Amino acid sequence: MSWTRDEMAMRAALELKDGFYVNLGIGMPTLVANHVAKGIDITLQSENGMLGMGPYPTEDEVDADLINAGKQTITELRRTSYFSSADSFAMIRGGHMDLSILGAMEVAENGDIANWMVPGKLVKGMGGAMDLVAGARRIVVLMDHNDKTGGAKFRKSCTLPLTGAGVVDMIITDLAVFERPDRRSSFKLIETAPGVTADEVRAKTEAAYQ
Amino acid sequence: MSKTYADAAAALDGLLYDGMTIAAGGFGLCGIPEQLIAAIAASGVKDLTVVSNNAGVDGFGLGVLLHTRQVKKMISSYVGENREFERQYLSGELELEFAPQGTLAERLRAGGAGIPGFYTRTGVGTLVAEGKEHKDFDGETYILERGIVADLAIVHAWQGDPYGNLIYRKTARNFNPNAATAGRMTVAEVEHMVEPGSLDPDKIHTPGVYVQRLFAGTGFEKRIEQRTVREHGA
Repeated sequence: MSWTRDEMAMRAALELKDGFYVNLGIGMPTLVANHVAKGIDITLQSENGMLGMGPYPTEDEVDADLINAGKQTITELRRTSYFSSADSFAMIRGGHMDLSILGAMEVAENGDIANWMVPGKLVKGMGGAMDLVAGARRIVVLMDHNDKTGGAKFRKSCTLPLTGAGVVDMIITDLAVFERPDRRSSFKLIETAPGVTADEVRAKTEAAYQ
Repeated sequence: MSKTYADAAAALDGLLYDGMTIAAGGFGLCGIPEQLIAAIAASGVKDLTVVSNNAGVDGFGLGVLLHTRQVKKMISSYVGENREFERQYLSGELELEFAPQGTLAERLRAGGAGIPGFYTRTGVGTLVAEGKEHKDFDGETYILERGIVADLAIVHAWQGDPYGNLIYRKTARNFNPNAATAGRMTVAEVEHMVEPGSLDPDKIHTPGVYVQRLFAGTGFEKRIEQRTVREHGA
């Protein structure tokens, strides 16, 4: 039995430590915010210029001046601060974000990540993804283990244009969790989803890992 | 010397010319200088290079300038919300330079601060690094990115005073303060023009030195791109 999207987000939430400043990518990573454990207090950054991102507003709280990086309306908290885009990426690039959790199309065994562009398809842009993978202290990727045609997404090398080179620290898929202690080491399989064997993971992965 | 003007058209009078570079504040449709953009569209100025994180949507924001084909080139980090943009880009009518969002913000900040270039880790090993100088510092590789100085910067603020001091509101701040510093001329539209002395000097985001002209707009649309809500008590 593979993990559902919510279970993957729940697993990713275990990587949140008390006091962390965290940037969550658009899509599945935003689900991680729903699974923060009791007693763990984190502050979410939104790269359009906000620390301390609150939940979606009620209808009467909607404010056109208050959105997240996915352009969704949100709310502020008692801890919230606002700042310019240059300040926002100064805190990202400057290594002040403890963790960023992002989606990916491919990750390579050396930690390269591709998540912004498919040649021949319409390219919308990298947004803040290149800055986040280059700047956040720890990068956790949340992605399906295989693509829709069954192809491995954790690969020897990325076939798609990179978002960042050698930057991924942990990969959580619907089948397994891989981690490495530092960016010079190789990844190690540290967990499998219930009922998923290490052999099955091996067979569905192109990358080399321990 | 008065910096205040009646409206967007008056504030832009004499500043626009074909082929110029314009830096615009805003993120998505939040905090965009919507009335200045509309006035630029009405002016008919063309062959513009526009520096903006996004390209608006069809029919609003910078999407208006794309529709009228006044833009020759965009420098942006994400342009996914605009069909006319897509069409012009795919047909080769529109040039596009992608810049990572933080690099784009810093290029404006640097340009405004008199810094012609800076080294960043962002983009190393990617397409963004191609053709750029690489340099190692303390065992890490960085690429050289250039500061941007625009012929004109257009920004949207919540409050302004006649001296050009500006205060932005919530996440509508975004690229506005950075763009404001990067213009040879900077024009601001404000939601509220206040009397001199009524802005707390400790809370001013953009000091007036960066703003040459401003006006108080009325009837701002402030469109919301993704209205997401929760139920009461949820």
